[in-house]
Amino acid sequence: MKMMNCKDATQLMSERYERTLSLRELLSLKVHTAMCKGCSNYGQHLDVLRQASARLRAGNTSGEP
Amino acid sequence: MTNASAQAASPPWDDVSITVIRRDMLRFARMQLRDSGAAEDMVQEALMAAMTSAKSFAGRSAFKTWMFAILRNKIVDHIRASSREICGADLAGSSDMDAGLEEFDVLFNRRGLWNPDDRPATWADPEASFEQDAFWTVFDLCMNKLPEHIARVYTMRELLELDTAEICAELGITRSNCFVILHRARLGLRECLENRWFQGEAR
Repeated sequence: MKMMNCKDATQLMSERYERTLSLRELLSLKVHTAMCKGCSNYGQHLDVLRQASARLRAGNTSGEP
Repeated sequence: MTNASAQAASPPWDDVSITVIRRDMLRFARMQLRDSGAAEDMVQEALMAAMTSAKSFAGRSAFKTWMFAILRNKIVDHIRASSREICGADLAGSSDMDAGLEEFDVLFNRRGLWNPDDRPATWADPEASFEQDAFWTVFDLCMNKLPEHIARVYTMRELLELDTAEICAELGITRSNCFVILHRARLGLRECLENRWFQGEAR
């Protein structure tokens, strides 16, 4: 199996919200993000996108002008 | 139920609360429908439906949550009713479906690694950003920059919380195509938010 690159890692991090990843996928993702600050940030940013969606669904988007 | 709790359970239909809630409802509807006129109609319908069914409110949930549930259901009904046309008009053709998918590939080099300029940086305090109106203006803008069919799948998933099986069925696309589109939506939205908002904040 080839080394996971950033393109593959970002795709898996997105699919994590849609399906259960296999153990193999989870492990190679973990190895990749441990070494790659960009992808580790990317994973956190996807959580921020999730939180933003939750705010929009609740109508909680009226902030300080 | 005592008189006091019965009173507390009626929705607050004063002008100020309607104006405030309508603004947030419009943002939600516009993001989903990408058509100001249709969004206005949908919000109007939801408000009227809520006013005529105030008995079902019964204080079970917060007023806003209840209003947004009504709006969500209206939009889902609308999508289900019109999905056949959407499918036939601009989603069924696989060439259209793939349009705009490659443009995100430029974020990576030939070996599939982040280009230095596009590598995700650390975002400072997103919670604090959520509290600012300016952040949501940028968020709207970034959603609008996504190709329309990508935004449609993303908002069906994230704003309406439909599961991928239903999205596939409504739009006549495969599960893996759906996954790819959601992935591209997240790539594009994240990139835009970093460039237009978080880059200035974090440094």
